[in-house]
Amino acid sequence: MLSVHDLRVSYGAVEAISGVSLEVPDGAVTAVLGANGAGKTTLLRTITGLVRPRSGRVAYDGVELTSLRAEEIVRRGVAHVPEGRGVIQDLTVDENLRLGALWRSDRDDRKKALEEVYELFPPLDTRRRQSAYTLSGGERQMLAIGRALMARPKLLLLDEPSLGLAPLITAQIMALLRQLSSESGLTVLLVEQNARSALSIADQGIVLALGKVVVTAEASRLAEDEDLRHHYLGF
Amino acid sequence: MHEFVSFTLSGVTQGMIYSALAMSLVLIWRGTRIVNFAQGAMGMITTYVAITVVDRGDSYWWALVIAILAGVIIGGLVELVLVRPVESKPPLNAVIVTLGLLILLEAIAGMVWGGRYRSFPPAFSVQGVFVGSSRINLSPFDIFTICAVLAVMVGLLVLFRWTSIGLRMRAAAFEPEVARLLGVRVGRMLTLGWALAAGAGSLAGLLVAPNVFLYPSNMDAVLVYGFTAAILGGLDSPVGALIGGLGIGLALSYIGGYEGASLETIGALVILIALLMVRPEGLFTRVAPRRV
Repeated sequence: MLSVHDLRVSYGAVEAISGVSLEVPDGAVTAVLGANGAGKTTLLRTITGLVRPRSGRVAYDGVELTSLRAEEIVRRGVAHVPEGRGVIQDLTVDENLRLGALWRSDRDDRKKALEEVYELFPPLDTRRRQSAYTLSGGERQMLAIGRALMARPKLLLLDEPSLGLAPLITAQIMALLRQLSSESGLTVLLVEQNARSALSIADQGIVLALGKVVVTAEASRLAEDEDLRHHYLGF
Repeated sequence: MHEFVSFTLSGVTQGMIYSALAMSLVLIWRGTRIVNFAQGAMGMITTYVAITVVDRGDSYWWALVIAILAGVIIGGLVELVLVRPVESKPPLNAVIVTLGLLILLEAIAGMVWGGRYRSFPPAFSVQGVFVGSSRINLSPFDIFTICAVLAVMVGLLVLFRWTSIGLRMRAAAFEPEVARLLGVRVGRMLTLGWALAAGAGSLAGLLVAPNVFLYPSNMDAVLVYGFTAAILGGLDSPVGALIGGLGIGLALSYIGGYEGASLETIGALVILIALLMVRPEGLFTRVAPRRV
């Protein structure tokens, strides 16, 4: 289980996260929702060690993450698909994917993971040697998720996977995340502005506003509660 | 015609040396976005290391190996100790650090080995080889120079294109933050990049020394040539460094041959300034913004 306790993060004088505590249960999909500037991206970046918190704790499976560097945190089973997807455009599809598993010493399993990702995303399979620069937005999202899966993570963090994607592609990506969680027990922590599509697959919803948790509830309850939706989620 | 061939041959040989230096500047620029003004001085120091080994009576080849190893170690140490603290600071800080290192290394060389000009032995004869009955302006040492630089370039190409350490180094250079999220220990990759670059720079220093003599500031002009070659090639492109080095080598050889050797340095500076004014991104860099 991932647990965040009284986390505070600031950029200079501006506090982006002001005392957030939350728990992400294993094997479920948790959606963190909220408007621009609510602190969603900062929360993910702090969990994976890209940003140092001012105070507070982040623990995964009993291991304190806040003292670890980003490159060590992925070795603890936590993979992060960053905002804007972060595919490396100067590398080929195959290189991007292989990069995701290079830290693992088991060569055979790295090869196996690669073929599994190609099986999961056929459009990538036909573009192995193409530069990632040539991919469409949806394909880039597949590449970013596939690359994160190369690490065989237990916890997958995604920052705005629907950003800039057509609704149909977003729905496919969301369905895939749901499937990964249900079938292989992957824990998913999803940050989204697109609350409707995130809640459609999530088990739990957490609403952030101005750096604080304002609501934590079952996703279905959040989606049904009109007051909450109007107030915080805008739909 | 004979003159032209002669200048062309010497231009190619010198150009390969500038390519090696340009390559080391490009490696460092790609990894850390820093222009290493101390690259020449680092090559000078390792050439002194080589001549110290030769003076003790050991062979040229042993000296070559030790000098390149010394370069690799110095490069790695410089990154760890001097460059790491300024990597996240404004670019000017790194410029000042590498300029400071240049002055420091030249002062240390003067203190340890003295300021006098010394000749440096070439690995092979510098007498031109015979083609038929006429001697051409290409000596066995020139051939060695060309082959050594090409070997280093091919080695680096293989490393970057076809090994997993090279893949990690490229990822660390292009997208350090994403690379870290994928478990790449970016700091180590940068240290390794500086080490390899300094190794290539050491080779350039050894190859150029028989021509320019060895003294504490013997690489200053060579660095300008190498820098011009790197800019010509786009500063980001290893292939550009090779072609840029050859271009500068040929241009300077023609200028020096037809107009007089004293114009070579000025010629390089004129090319550099013209390039920076007309096409600062170089000839081999994609100009269009890469992000979509």
